[in-house]
Amino acid sequence: MPSLKDLRNRIASVKATQKITKAMQMVAAAKLRRAQMAAEAARPYAERMETVLANLAGGVTGSTAPRLIAGTGADKVHLLLVLTAERGLCGAFNSSIARLARDKALALKAEGKTVKIICVGKKGYDILRRQFAAEIIEFIDLREFKQVGFANAEMIAQNVLARFNAGEFDVATLFFSRFRSVIAQIPTAQRIIPAEIPAGTQQTDAVYDYEPEEGEILETLLPRNLTVQVLRGLLENAASEQGARMSAMDSATRNAGEMIKKQTQLYNRSRQAMITKELIEIISGAEAL
Amino acid sequence: MATFKFELVSPERILFSGEIVSVIIPSAEGEMTVLAGHAPLVATLKTGILLVQTSESNGKEFFVNGGLVEVNQTSTTVLAEQARFLEDVDASVLEAEILTVETRIEGAHTEEDKKRLRETLVQLREFKHVFEGRKAA
Repeated sequence: MPSLKDLRNRIASVKATQKITKAMQMVAAAKLRRAQMAAEAARPYAERMETVLANLAGGVTGSTAPRLIAGTGADKVHLLLVLTAERGLCGAFNSSIARLARDKALALKAEGKTVKIICVGKKGYDILRRQFAAEIIEFIDLREFKQVGFANAEMIAQNVLARFNAGEFDVATLFFSRFRSVIAQIPTAQRIIPAEIPAGTQQTDAVYDYEPEEGEILETLLPRNLTVQVLRGLLENAASEQGARMSAMDSATRNAGEMIKKQTQLYNRSRQAMITKELIEIISGAEAL
Repeated sequence: MATFKFELVSPERILFSGEIVSVIIPSAEGEMTVLAGHAPLVATLKTGILLVQTSESNGKEFFVNGGLVEVNQTSTTVLAEQARFLEDVDASVLEAEILTVETRIEGAHTEEDKKRLRETLVQLREFKHVFEGRKAA
């Protein structure tokens, strides 16, 4: 049986924790709104880009197609670009992305393919490092940036592109968490090289004029598309992270509340029991006189 | 006058979306005006001012830097790499942009990249000149 002092201490400590989780939840909620807005604002650009790309790519198939659409023709070396958060305490957010990437990496290795991993975000790196220390070729740290933006995405995309042009890999896949709602974030794998042309987009029959040449436009459009896809991943991830943290901290706050309630009840009971015991002692002592 | 749907989208947000009469676009091969019923077209953009006419007497100006425009039968979409309301642009913004491009030229790996970035730099400098001239006037 814990003493009254122990109980008091325990309640005080849980209360302090609850205050922290509550504050974290509120901060996450405020950040979430901004991150969500940024993610949603970036969607139209990415979508329009996909449509234009689908229209353009329809025209150039076969041997003339740029390598970013057609691929290198090989399927041997896979690059996994894993986007995760820089901070923890956000439920299963980081581990679910890392798990998806790990499963993919193991499946590829089982097929006898070479796997290379680029980690963006410290948490994913920490998780994957344990198993794939040899495969991780780079770790990109975004901790110093308060809000990820186009510049970050461009930097990452340039890095990937330089490696592709150097022939370091054949296929690249992007791993991130799509933001569905505060309680639902979906870990997603998206192939970015060769570019995945969304099926079912309506191909307009119209014959476009191109200024400058079709091929030249594609040359500039494809690297830009890569940047946009990475940016989308980063922004969706930022929103998902805050959403995940918010719900994780919400349930932590609730658990703490429950614990406080239980402990307080126990504290009150034992206090009452003590008083009753003392009273009995006094009364029986008085009667004995 | 006939109107058509126009959208100006940057990676960060949609800057303009609505029915307009005409738009003047700084395309890589020269300025061009798009009116309703323009032939389908895809073109790349250079640095410059994009002028949207919402009606014959109302216009809005934007600063755009790189990107592309897609014109089809029903709508026109500008996907700009960078876009702002012209009111929000001042010399310091342009200076900063010129500086980033300059540092990127130094860091560029391939000759092709360097050439492309130099073109952007020239466009930016040119635009800054024009911009200052407009302000003085």
